[in-house]
Amino acid sequence: MPVLIGLGVIILFSLLQIGVISQLPLIQGRADLMLLILSAWALNERVEHAWEWTIIAGVLMSLISATPFFLPLFVYLVVTALARALRRRIWQTPLLMLLFIVLIGTLLQHGLSFVSLSIMGSRLPLQASLTMVTLPSLLLNLLLALPVYTMITDIAGWVYPAELDV
Amino acid sequence: MKSPVPRFWQTVVVVLIVVGLMLLAVSGYLGPVLRAAQTPLVAAQRWISSRYLAIYELITSPTDMAALRQQNQDLQNQVSQLQTEVIELEQRLGEAQVLYALLDFAREQPQNTYVAAAVIGRDPNPFMRYIFIDRGSDSGVLAGMPVVTAQGLIGRVDAVTAQACRVALITDPATVINVTLQSLKADAQLVGSLTGELTLEMIPSDVNLQPGELVLTSGLGGDYPSDVLIGQVVSVRKLETDLFQTATVQSAVDFNNLQAVLVITNFRPVDIAPLIPED
Repeated sequence: MPVLIGLGVIILFSLLQIGVISQLPLIQGRADLMLLILSAWALNERVEHAWEWTIIAGVLMSLISATPFFLPLFVYLVVTALARALRRRIWQTPLLMLLFIVLIGTLLQHGLSFVSLSIMGSRLPLQASLTMVTLPSLLLNLLLALPVYTMITDIAGWVYPAELDV
Repeated sequence: MKSPVPRFWQTVVVVLIVVGLMLLAVSGYLGPVLRAAQTPLVAAQRWISSRYLAIYELITSPTDMAALRQQNQDLQNQVSQLQTEVIELEQRLGEAQVLYALLDFAREQPQNTYVAAAVIGRDPNPFMRYIFIDRGSDSGVLAGMPVVTAQGLIGRVDAVTAQACRVALITDPATVINVTLQSLKADAQLVGSLTGELTLEMIPSDVNLQPGELVLTSGLGGDYPSDVLIGQVVSVRKLETDLFQTATVQSAVDFNNLQAVLVITNFRPVDIAPLIPED
């Protein structure tokens, strides 16, 4: 059941990503809603199906986007792995961990995009890519992290209700 | 006690006084006296009247205020509804203007067949300039078909599903298009960039390129049909030591606000890869 809910949630947010979020750039940067959702989801203590959600989101965004080599899937897997690892070690400050994971995930995604697109023939100047794309995207992701975390916490509470001691 | 004056004479005196006053009033001699007497009376009457009206309003105002508030609320609701209708109509007008422009463009190019499509999204990767449109293979759209608007070339179809397709814009950093300069009849290459700026490269240095020159597709390479408008040269960079000069091109298309586009469906890109000799 959580996987089916995840499928619906991810399809809904992917539509929101390409229809709304991608149309609202800051300079040339754009927020990655899916990265935020997967990070917040994987950090939540109740969540047990983080990998399934990650694979669904990664495959979907890889098919939608023109980014080569299924790069979104790889980045989302790394982000989920990082979130799960940190969740077990530092479990008292999930919001700070979320910001840290978003920072690492955004830099990883943009770094790999830069390398892969340069290999594919795109002309991407390093400094312009950093100042006009990566830093604005990072700012947008960090700004959106808090509301996304709140929303994902609510969804997690709904999907995995707390057990009552009788 | 009996009055010393007989009653008859009292009546006569009263009648004479009344008649005298009437004669004074008719002749106008009593006017100043009457005005002096009226002034405090009128002032008193005004004061009483104002107090009466104040008390009357105090008693009757709650019902009036409630009615006015209700009426005000109704009017505000009506204004909000009308403002919403105005916004909707403005949006429809904008869409209609875009569609009319596309229709005019299609009529002016009878050699091509078009499929109109709405822009429904953009690629989530900020390094890439791709859009999604709501027409796919069910509408006859195939990969490689050029996409235009009334203002000029937009890009080409990159990937297709049944109901939608992905279009690579000419502003994408990976895009390279063979173009021709309209009046100079010289060939060049148009490349996109990270910022969306269009640059002309490989322009021979002996070409006297000036701002305002129109840039059209040349059709070389078989990726795009020939003579599709791309834009206008706005600045030229030329160094004595360089073999080629470069120029910046301004497209008439606003790539940030694309709403509707046309796919040229009777054009098939030519794959020239087998003709290129292998090393």
